Amino acid sequence: MASDGPSQAAPQKPTEQPLPEDRLTKAIIREGHTLGSVTDKISDIVLTRKTPRGWYIGLGLSFCLVMLMLYSIGNLLVRGTGIWGLNAPVGWGFAIINFVWWVGIGHAGTLISAILLLLNQSWRTSINRFAEAMTLFAVACAGLFPLLHVGRPWLAYWLFPYPNTMALWPQFRSPLLWDVFAVSTYATVSLLFWYVGLIPDLATLRDSSRSRTKKVVYGILAMGWRNAARHWERYETAYLLLAGLAAPLVVSVHTVVSFDFAVAVIPGWHATIMPPYFVAGAVFSGFAMVVTLAIPLRKFYGLQDFITMRHLQNMAKVMLATGMIVSYGYLMEIFTAWYSGSEYELHMIANRMGGEYSVAFWSLITCNALVPQLLWSERVRTSLPLLFIIAIVINIGMWLERFIIVVTSLHNDYLPSSWDSYAGTFWDWSLYIGTIGFFLSLVFLFIRFLPMISISEMRMLVPAAEDPEPEQRLTEDSESSQGGGE
Amino acid sequence: MTQIFHHSFNTISRVSIFGAVFMAATLAWVGDRIHRSPYMTQADVVRAQPVPFSHKHHVQGLGLDCRYCHTTVEESAFAGIPPTKTCMTCHSQLFSDADILAPVRESYQSDRSLEWTRVHDLPDFAYFDHSVHLAKGIGCVSCHGRVDEMPLMWRENSLNMDWCLDCHRDPGAHVRPKERVFDMDWFPAERRDDLVEEYEIESLTSCSTCHR
Repeated sequence: MASDGPSQAAPQKPTEQPLPEDRLTKAIIREGHTLGSVTDKISDIVLTRKTPRGWYIGLGLSFCLVMLMLYSIGNLLVRGTGIWGLNAPVGWGFAIINFVWWVGIGHAGTLISAILLLLNQSWRTSINRFAEAMTLFAVACAGLFPLLHVGRPWLAYWLFPYPNTMALWPQFRSPLLWDVFAVSTYATVSLLFWYVGLIPDLATLRDSSRSRTKKVVYGILAMGWRNAARHWERYETAYLLLAGLAAPLVVSVHTVVSFDFAVAVIPGWHATIMPPYFVAGAVFSGFAMVVTLAIPLRKFYGLQDFITMRHLQNMAKVMLATGMIVSYGYLMEIFTAWYSGSEYELHMIANRMGGEYSVAFWSLITCNALVPQLLWSERVRTSLPLLFIIAIVINIGMWLERFIIVVTSLHNDYLPSSWDSYAGTFWDWSLYIGTIGFFLSLVFLFIRFLPMISISEMRMLVPAAEDPEPEQRLTEDSESSQGGGE
Repeated sequence: MTQIFHHSFNTISRVSIFGAVFMAATLAWVGDRIHRSPYMTQADVVRAQPVPFSHKHHVQGLGLDCRYCHTTVEESAFAGIPPTKTCMTCHSQLFSDADILAPVRESYQSDRSLEWTRVHDLPDFAYFDHSVHLAKGIGCVSCHGRVDEMPLMWRENSLNMDWCLDCHRDPGAHVRPKERVFDMDWFPAERRDDLVEEYEIESLTSCSTCHR
């Protein structure tokens, strides 16, 4: 689809032929790039290149799924949560499974953008922008589920503490309320972080775009960025501060989500391993999603120069490491159940491994514990098709993990008389698949209208000496800086 | 290269960014005020009725007791709306030809109830029992206001949950001796925490007290 993109781009440029890839490269940006070529290559996707036909097809398909989601939500609002598969022992079903799954996916974005920034890992630079965007979109999808699960989403503001005519505060001792704060903080900080990072790039787009509308829209969003030294100083401070704010969120958000389970006394939930196990699982699934998105993006938009094999290898290694932690979590769940000697815990584990949902359990072990072991091999890590498939498998595995945690613990709890089975209905599945479409639609819109790789940060990776005409570029910058009103 | 924005945008953008906080706060405040206003709560709003019945005339003027019409107020959850028969005990003799009372006579003859507009209508998810409030020394006037001074009926209080809880969280400030519950113009001069003890009033604030 976009592989023919460069040839259709501005005719004055020679046709770029992608060089054969160096699979074992250690570079985080291919040699030979200059400040100008970095800027052009990234901003052209948004500004000058013809929108590839594949983009329209992809957005079209995703948008159909958005329609499915809206249809499902509409039906839910008219008929109530009874259309879902929920029943008396299994009061938490797809809504919570999908919520945890989506929130978890978001974590990679924050980890890449905040923690790796604070750790000075410069390889984060080319993937942080779309990883952060992915975080935002995943959190948007995640937020939908508890909102709809409350049954009357139009009263969801009751979850926030505010002076009200009921003279009531929310229940501060409930982890479900902690979730409200954790997720809304997370969404706010992620949005700010992403937006602040975008400002210099928005100014670049403002200055390079030719149409008046684009200039105005990007100009408003750029908030009067003039590339001045003082701007940069403030920008760096703000960005670091936000990174400092976001870094603890990587750990805290999924910890609080795990409390939804750990604070309850249900067998299989009431375990101290939950927080670290959930956080590792979140990073695991998040990196799998980044890899799932990065591999097609770099191929279709010819970004192999910026998202090199080094990036993919590093992400594969993070997946391997977090996969090992998650596997340790699975082992510890079994060990704790056995060591506790508690009848209910033992039943829970036996039921997971050999009960009604044993197929899902063993699939999850295969997807999350066994398949990622392939990543020990460098040949697997550098093979794009394999890496892509493994990432998809991990995404599926992490969904199954949440399904197993939620459903197996609830459907057989303490009272055998209340045991029941659970399965998602058409409306459960349509809403879940619909949010995947929603997520992908947002990703498609994002790569079309915003630079998917941080231009300003990529420029910093280019050795200044390689810039052919630094003097001229400086003057150009100061000239273009006149363009933006504040 | 021309300027994209006029220089006044510097001010506009600053004002709009900083102003957004105040705008949001103002909107929240306005929303809250509307939510507590008579427009939403119907407090102080006179409701149209099939017959312009005056509590002021019947209670203050004639000295009828509340229980003459609201007969079940002491033993049931519902205070009771009088049947047309109760009106006709007097109005078969007094003002028996008055136009204003035509719907009453018609109701009596056709044996079909007058359709009064309920002024104090709690939502169905809130359980309320008149009898226990009277038995524990809460006067009619505490909730319904000076009904004896209302020519036409209105809701004296918002009936919002925080208003219920004002008393449920601090009954001592509102309780009165049992013999005073039907008194419209008697108010306790001071807190009566002694009565709270004497009447064994538990200030019930658990959710299921009212939301059963």
